[in-house]
Amino acid sequence: MTDKLKNMYASIGLPRLIITCFFLIMLLMAPPLGLSITSLLGDSIRRWAMYGLLVLAMVPAVKCGIGLNFGISLGIVGGLFGATAVIELGITNPWLAMLAAMLIGLFVGSLLGIGYGLLLNKVKGSEMTVSTYVGFSVIAFMNMIWLTLPFKDGNLIWPIGQQGMRNTISLEGSFGLVLNNFLDFNIGDLHIPTGLILFFLLTCFAVFIFMKSKAGIAMSAAGANPTFSKASGINVDKMRVLGTAISTALAAVGIITYAQSYGFLQLYNAPLMMGFHSVAAVLIGGASLKDAKISHVIIGTFLFQGILTVALPVVNKILPEGNLSDVIRIIISNGIILYALSKTKGGSK
Amino acid sequence: MEIEYLLNMDNISKEYYGNRVLKNVSLQVKPGEIHALMGENGAGKSTLMNILFGMPVIHSTGGYEGVVKINGEKVLIDDPHKAMDYGIGMVHQEFMLIPGFTITENIKVGREICKPTLLSHIFGRDLEKLDIEQMRKDAKKALSNIGLDINEYVKVAGLPIGYMQFVEIAREIDKTGIKLLVFDEPTAVLTESEADRLLEIMKIISSKGIAIIFITHRLDEVMAAADSITILRDGEFVARKEIKDTSAMDIAQLMVGRKVEKLVDNEKMENIRNLRDDDLALTLRDFYVNMPGEMVKGINLDIRKGEIFGIGGLAGQGKIGIPNGIMGLYETEGTANAFGKDLELDKLGNALDNGIAFVSEDRRGVGLLLDETIEQNIVFSAMQAKDEFLINFAGLKLYDKKRAREHALKMIELLDIRCTGPSQTAGSLSGGNQQKVCLARALTLNPKILIVSEPTRGIDIGAKKLVLEYLVQLNRQEGLTIIVVSSELVELRSICDRIAIVSDGKLATILEPDAADVEFGLAMAGSKKDGDKND
Repeated sequence: MTDKLKNMYASIGLPRLIITCFFLIMLLMAPPLGLSITSLLGDSIRRWAMYGLLVLAMVPAVKCGIGLNFGISLGIVGGLFGATAVIELGITNPWLAMLAAMLIGLFVGSLLGIGYGLLLNKVKGSEMTVSTYVGFSVIAFMNMIWLTLPFKDGNLIWPIGQQGMRNTISLEGSFGLVLNNFLDFNIGDLHIPTGLILFFLLTCFAVFIFMKSKAGIAMSAAGANPTFSKASGINVDKMRVLGTAISTALAAVGIITYAQSYGFLQLYNAPLMMGFHSVAAVLIGGASLKDAKISHVIIGTFLFQGILTVALPVVNKILPEGNLSDVIRIIISNGIILYALSKTKGGSK
Repeated sequence: MEIEYLLNMDNISKEYYGNRVLKNVSLQVKPGEIHALMGENGAGKSTLMNILFGMPVIHSTGGYEGVVKINGEKVLIDDPHKAMDYGIGMVHQEFMLIPGFTITENIKVGREICKPTLLSHIFGRDLEKLDIEQMRKDAKKALSNIGLDINEYVKVAGLPIGYMQFVEIAREIDKTGIKLLVFDEPTAVLTESEADRLLEIMKIISSKGIAIIFITHRLDEVMAAADSITILRDGEFVARKEIKDTSAMDIAQLMVGRKVEKLVDNEKMENIRNLRDDDLALTLRDFYVNMPGEMVKGINLDIRKGEIFGIGGLAGQGKIGIPNGIMGLYETEGTANAFGKDLELDKLGNALDNGIAFVSEDRRGVGLLLDETIEQNIVFSAMQAKDEFLINFAGLKLYDKKRAREHALKMIELLDIRCTGPSQTAGSLSGGNQQKVCLARALTLNPKILIVSEPTRGIDIGAKKLVLEYLVQLNRQEGLTIIVVSSELVELRSICDRIAIVSDGKLATILEPDAADVEFGLAMAGSKKDGDKND
């Protein structure tokens, strides 16, 4: 019996245990403060599926050996470009618009990912540091691009000056909420965005299938043991580029899924920290620098987003003074990142 | 007699976790003599020196048995500093120098000569001024003591390797009261002329009354420089001799000589092989491999179809480089030809495509995916190189779990891999079973030539026998050409048809397995001996 418990404990890992407990405590504190558990849970589920793809992008990156991909911002800007292009092109059918945005995002994301992978092959051993800065720089670079792109659609650009895109672009006339509203239903005031969840799980499944294919297995081997793979005739550098490109392309699709659920595109500095949030989520899920599984993504995203969604209203109630809650939000989210990074080992098996 | 020896290590024994690596070894060194310490890899030379220096690795694993006497006085050295106090110094194989410091600074580092200053009177010794003048004088003296004419203010970075070695020696000499210097394979990284120079310097040092323990693999150097020699073999003391009373042949015999136990009884097996000199499986011409630590410098080999060909030699001499070069894991020059077809050595996986499979010597590093299952490990290469164990699914080549499982189970039974099942991770297996998994992976490729590097390293005697027997069986029954690369002469001699000895990256000679011990010993020790080159 104790052995069984010990095994369970080992497979869950201390960090996940603590965070799950924290999540549950926050949830239990909600009703006495006059908050509805079901609506909080509904929010958690929505944010789980909406962030999921961005976290899923970590799996191919870790598997191919470049470590945690802080540079998914590359894919994110690719996806954002796709979404803005679709609005500029005037595609109004929501499904068509989303599909077109994703295809453009995939294309741009893969291209950027290939270049990024080639760069990472040149800096073996310090990929994570380099990818962090690549992630930051591409956002800064795109800040200039967003201002200078020759897009003319009134929904995109500032109404005064007629030049440069807005910070926040509504997707109401485009593909906003199209996945969320597909086959959705309510249980009481618990809203289930069926389409969004299905899309997230389907993509997970696709990645899972890929990891079981010849190329996927070769890619994991190249990440796990480069010399071993070389001895079996695998081009390790090529596999790393492949993994990086897939990761970046997934991030592009991920940001479009995110934006349609949120209802807005956020340009400029908004995606700056998304890489960090994704990394933290997958680490909390039990991934390590060497191994990440789909299950880590699913569990980790739920815990990370769940805590953010539940803890904030709770803290808001306890500390209603002005902007203290925002300070708390930053402390909690960065605290989780720090904690996850320092506990990368627990529950990695 | 007690007084005659500067150092007397008596009946030293040492155990690492139940594994006896030294058994009643004795070592005596007279003042001012050059004493050579020889033995194959793993004979116990390093352990003996670690005991002499009181290295922590000895004392954290339970210490040693036996007595160490210096100048006839029993001492207990349990700390490297104590060894220094007794006047024992070491010239390391890899240089312990600071490149950005001058020669003087390197010689004096940690033992600087200082002059008091006003501040040091107040704040203590840390603020004393360096007496550069005096340090230079000392450094100069040490350098001239070993006959080295070089300016002491030059920075170490950029000096030729040989000079770095000499600076190290100068540093040891400069220590006051040095009585015994240990040279650990000092000539390994030196060119021939530098090595000659070093031997001269050793003689100069010893003529000043400092004793030297000279650890080396090269017989020529021992004959040229040493006064006496101690030979170890498998952790046992073999002999102590005066050089003038012995010969290179004697020493070679003592180093290698052991009862050749037949590990495998291959006489009994049916032999249908027909080995012909014009029916070749693999030919190497002018073959160079740039593998760090195992450089191959121009080798010609003809390996006949259907034979078991052994490649032996001491560690670091290049034997390991040969298979790694053929598989394309390191940069190569020259040609390798398998069954009449030149291999494209710079193309990864080309050797696999031409029917050559390789079981690496670095089992945990190159040989296995430690976190993956046995099944994955067994089928991996065949899947990647030959598209086996895959099913087509909507244009994707997916892993065929069912067939892979069947095959893995078959291999587990065939090779008797002791495991809980094909889903156990390879990293949790014992060494012998890991080796069998590596072997299973190579065999899954259905190779025409199987190269096995260090097949029995780190596995117990029972598993050893099984692996070797299986290799012979494959060879006899399937006609598979097998190349065995091994540091263990015994195992090569028990299964191979011919054995090539590699020394200093070149082919020393090719011997029959029943050739005399002396010949093996001489070839391995790189003794320059003309005659039977590969023809």
